[in-house]
Amino acid sequence: MNAPANMTVRARGLSKRFPNKVALDHADFDIPTGRIVGLIGPNGAGKTTALKAILGLTQFDGQLDVLGFDPRTQRDQLMEQVCFIADVAILPRWIRVREVIDFVAGVHPRFDRAKCERFIANTQLKPAMRVREMSKGMIVQLHLALVMAIDARLLVLDEPTLGLDILYRKQFYQRLLEDYFDENKTILVTTHQVEEIEHILTDVMFIRDGKIVLNSEMENLADRYTEVMLSADRLDAARALNPVDERALPFGKVVMLFDGVERGHLESFGETRTPGLADLFVATMKGTYA
Amino acid sequence: MNTNTFPILLRREYWENKGGFFWAPIVAAGLFLLLTMMAIVVGEVAANKAAAAGKLRIDGEVMINGLDLSKVSSKMTAQDAQELAGGVDLSLILASSWPFLVLGFVVFFYCLGALYDERKDRSVLFWKSLPVSDSETVWSKVTSATLVAPLLTLAAGIIAMFAFLLVVSLVVLIHSGNPVQLLWGPGSPLQVAGILIASIPVQAVWALPTVGWLLLCSAWARSKPFLWAVLIPVFAGLLVTWFDLMQSFDMQTFWFWKNIVARSLLSVFPGTWVDVAQFTNVKIDGPQDLMKLFSLKSMYSTFLTANMWIGAAAGIAMILAAVRIRRWRDDS
Repeated sequence: MNAPANMTVRARGLSKRFPNKVALDHADFDIPTGRIVGLIGPNGAGKTTALKAILGLTQFDGQLDVLGFDPRTQRDQLMEQVCFIADVAILPRWIRVREVIDFVAGVHPRFDRAKCERFIANTQLKPAMRVREMSKGMIVQLHLALVMAIDARLLVLDEPTLGLDILYRKQFYQRLLEDYFDENKTILVTTHQVEEIEHILTDVMFIRDGKIVLNSEMENLADRYTEVMLSADRLDAARALNPVDERALPFGKVVMLFDGVERGHLESFGETRTPGLADLFVATMKGTYA
Repeated sequence: MNTNTFPILLRREYWENKGGFFWAPIVAAGLFLLLTMMAIVVGEVAANKAAAAGKLRIDGEVMINGLDLSKVSSKMTAQDAQELAGGVDLSLILASSWPFLVLGFVVFFYCLGALYDERKDRSVLFWKSLPVSDSETVWSKVTSATLVAPLLTLAAGIIAMFAFLLVVSLVVLIHSGNPVQLLWGPGSPLQVAGILIASIPVQAVWALPTVGWLLLCSAWARSKPFLWAVLIPVFAGLLVTWFDLMQSFDMQTFWFWKNIVARSLLSVFPGTWVDVAQFTNVKIDGPQDLMKLFSLKSMYSTFLTANMWIGAAAGIAMILAAVRIRRWRDDS
């Protein structure tokens, strides 16, 4: 299977079974080039397994094409084009800043050392500093500086800002947007901090129980989903339109979420707005942990 | 794949294990020199006391003013000279042996941790985010264990040897002996150094089964690789011993312990290959003959034994298995 040139990832029937759990259940999805895609799902929904499959770190069933490579058999070539940041804990604790730069420069043909050193110069990192002496935020700065200096086509981020304070989190995504991302690159990110990344995403995928339950461009979400704030007397009429979710607010108000119902029609019930990604996520994942 | 990655992979191993690869042999050599000097001081004090009491005699002649080595060398026969030469060389080997003993432990624990620690601290995810194959990574660790660490140890051993010669020369000088006549002439430090260098390839191939077994445990164990690595062969050995005692197996207990258990755990210790080396016509009749044990010919005779090559093949098979496990292991 070869994906079209503008496709970075193409998965068909992607499945992964653990002895007592199905992590991926015939998931189908495409990730076009030049996108920032959020892969969002509850704990245990299969996000990390999907990323590991894409990175060739785990066996799976089904078809998966990443930049024209099969991650199972062509991992070594693939990793020249793909970068990966898991959470902050994965840089070896004994290594020094200058050593890790030397190492990546030595093994990665697409690494731009000068660029990396420029990024490092803007931080408090010093060449002789060891990872074990750094704060979590500094470790992420180092990892980000390394990764942004690599001219890769796909960047995979798995909870990259876990445990960081808000200053580091904002800075992290800011740098990615300003100094890294362009139309030839693709970023695939998972995180629980949905609100923080929804402005930078171009696409979103919801994953639940190993299946992709929503896959949409961010722009289309506004066309598709509408939230309406209703007073108690309009509830039954609104329910007739099959809201996908409803939740109560104080003072007897209710908010309903509609999928594919025309906004003009809904305006007669009450105040409408485009739902946030977090609200959409909560509505879609209702009952996950029940 | 980048063709020049291997040297940087070796440097990476060195950075991480500088304590074991670089400092440990130096400390061992330093410790030996320190103990040597302390022993010399003790000897000097004892000799002075003995001389003062008129008890110090060499060939029946009482030494009044302490030990005078010029008298010793003047009375040496040809036979004595030969024994002296052998003795000097033997003490040189002894001087260089301390770093090598430490090397055994360093390599043992290095191999056990090489593929385990990176999983424990999850840094394996970082290493695997770079375009380096599992095969290159694992072989860089094998190379570090069998060549890099031994070569650094060799350097420390040779330095220890010459430092020891200098110290002893000084003592000889103090006692009005001629160090060139008594040490540097009869001894052959360059030859000893050459033999140590020549032993590196022998040791490298010999160590493969242990290196392979320890790396395999390191890649495979979910926790406590040391216990797995030691208990599996030892338990197998006990089982064989038990069956042997029951006489239901026609397998020699001793054979199993020597060729399976010891080969999978102890072959990283330098010189353990001595057991399979062929010594032709060596009659031990004094220190001068002991040196013949360390000849090139007997050392390289190990390459003619099946033990050497079967062990190496088993080691390589286990290394390949470790590569495969690292490729597909998915628990971090």
